[in-house]
Amino acid sequence: MGMTLDAPDFHVPTSWEQALAVKAAHPEAVPVAGGTDLMVEVNFDRRRPPALLDLTRVPELAAVDRVDGRVRLGAGVPYARMITELGSELPGLAMAARTVGSPQIRNRGTAGGNLGSASPAGDCHPPLLAAGAEVELASVRGVRRVPVAEFFTGPKRSVLEPDELIAAVHVAPATGPQQFAKIGPRNAMVIAVTAFALALHPEQRRVGTGIGSAAPTPRRATDAEEFLSGELAAAGLWSSRGPLPESLVTEFGNRVRAAASPIDDVRGSADYRRHVLAVLARRTLTWAWDAHRSTEQRTGRTA
Amino acid sequence: MHIELTVNGSPREADDVWPGESLLYVLRERLGLPGAKNACEQGECGSCTVYLDGTPVCSCLVAAGQAGGREVTTVEGLADGSGEDRDLDPVQRAFVENGAVQCGFCTPGLIVSTHDLLERNPSPSDPEIREALAGNLCRCTGYEKILDAVCSASGARMDTVRSASGARMGTVRSVDTDRTGATGDLR
Ligand SMILES: Cc1cc2nc3c(=O)[nH]c(=O)nc-3n(C[C@H](O)[C@H](O)[C@H](O)COP(=O)(O)OP(=O)(O)OC[C@H]3O[C@@H](n4cnc5c(N)ncnc54)[C@H](O)[C@@H]3O)c2cc1C
Repeated sequence: MGMTLDAPDFHVPTSWEQALAVKAAHPEAVPVAGGTDLMVEVNFDRRRPPALLDLTRVPELAAVDRVDGRVRLGAGVPYARMITELGSELPGLAMAARTVGSPQIRNRGTAGGNLGSASPAGDCHPPLLAAGAEVELASVRGVRRVPVAEFFTGPKRSVLEPDELIAAVHVAPATGPQQFAKIGPRNAMVIAVTAFALALHPEQRRVGTGIGSAAPTPRRATDAEEFLSGELAAAGLWSSRGPLPESLVTEFGNRVRAAASPIDDVRGSADYRRHVLAVLARRTLTWAWDAHRSTEQRTGRTA
Repeated sequence: MHIELTVNGSPREADDVWPGESLLYVLRERLGLPGAKNACEQGECGSCTVYLDGTPVCSCLVAAGQAGGREVTTVEGLADGSGEDRDLDPVQRAFVENGAVQCGFCTPGLIVSTHDLLERNPSPSDPEIREALAGNLCRCTGYEKILDAVCSASGARMDTVRSASGARMGTVRSVDTDRTGATGDLR
């Protein structure tokens, strides 16, 4: 069937090269992927884009590849595919994807759109932070990679330039257990009141974290990461895989809480957010550490 | 903007489409298909659910131009209701027979979501049903009858498969009062 689309105010590139050329020529054109953020704004007349740039016909954006030992997740891959295709390589991200919206939203919404919106509550962000992911940005000027921790510059603001598009995120496959937990009033269709992601990187003797919805931007709890990594190393726990001392778990929760700077809003108070963040940090650490320990039981202690 | 797409198997077109216009608007206001409902316009209620290239989506969040050249199936496309026995899809029949329809506003979306669930998983468990329908809100039935209808549609499908193949297949679970593992608003 013929497609007489590509109107002056609705661009329909069918390749990545075309998409970048359109964005360079029409920086005012607003990209639309799943539309699950953008179309809400348009429907409610909060935004009236002069032109749209449809990204759903750019095959490169829908690809999942392995590049230099990392997963390169195309910006246009919907949550439904993160769940079915990436559960073992990127378990933290897949867990977060499972909590997003509803089946209909997970069929459409993308990581690129989550990053593009740059909401502090975006559920991709905490697991990407915990995994040390990088965002690949591109324009006709060239390609650059930005660590996800440096991508966000403020609430709903990022380093994305007007002529740039988000191409992909690069994430190292998990080498240890990962967890994601989110607080909200019901299981489905919940924008996080607060979310937390944790990744154990046993081969690097390192812990990764990501906080959602408890600061102007998604952020890591760097001090908590360093504290826990150091204590685990000092006590030889990475290799002994012994139980975690209660005091360590508590202190980790406290330090994660201290990393937040939440506000009071319709979804929750700052105090509540700080409180649940410490709970989520302790809980996810306990779950992840239990998984780390049981891995040893399955494989036998070799090191 | 002019768009062409396939709706319920037939080529359709629309003119003067504004770029920010939703697929839902085009279906209802330009193509005369009022089955998909316009309620929340923010993807929360699921009453506008349609298949887009075989995947259930909220048509209020799809820019009409994004559907150009693609295939859309609305509730009207599952069965047109005109045949001898009013030609309903088994899912639609189950909703009618189980009293799963009250005001009817959420029904088209629930029918499409249920249809998709049973295509993928002919004999879903109670938590699987709740999960699959978590994006469809009903404000009047209280969901019990809807869950009954999904189970009975699943049973009807299984019966069809059974009689067609002559093979005995597992019995279909009925909805019980188990509330564990419930999802979202169906909790
Ligand atoms: C009912 C409902 C429930 C939701 N629940 C959740 C939830 O639980 N958790 C959550 O995190 N979010 C949730 N969301 C928000 C939304 O689904 C996510 O943010 C989603 O990831 C957005 O992706 P999208 O492809 O739909 O983005 P779009 O709406 O298409 O785009 C969002 C923004 O990103 C820009 N953009 C998109 N792709 C690119 C790209 N490749 N390069 C540059 N810019 C780009 C767009 O211009 C726009 O500004 C929900 C939304 C709805 C409607």
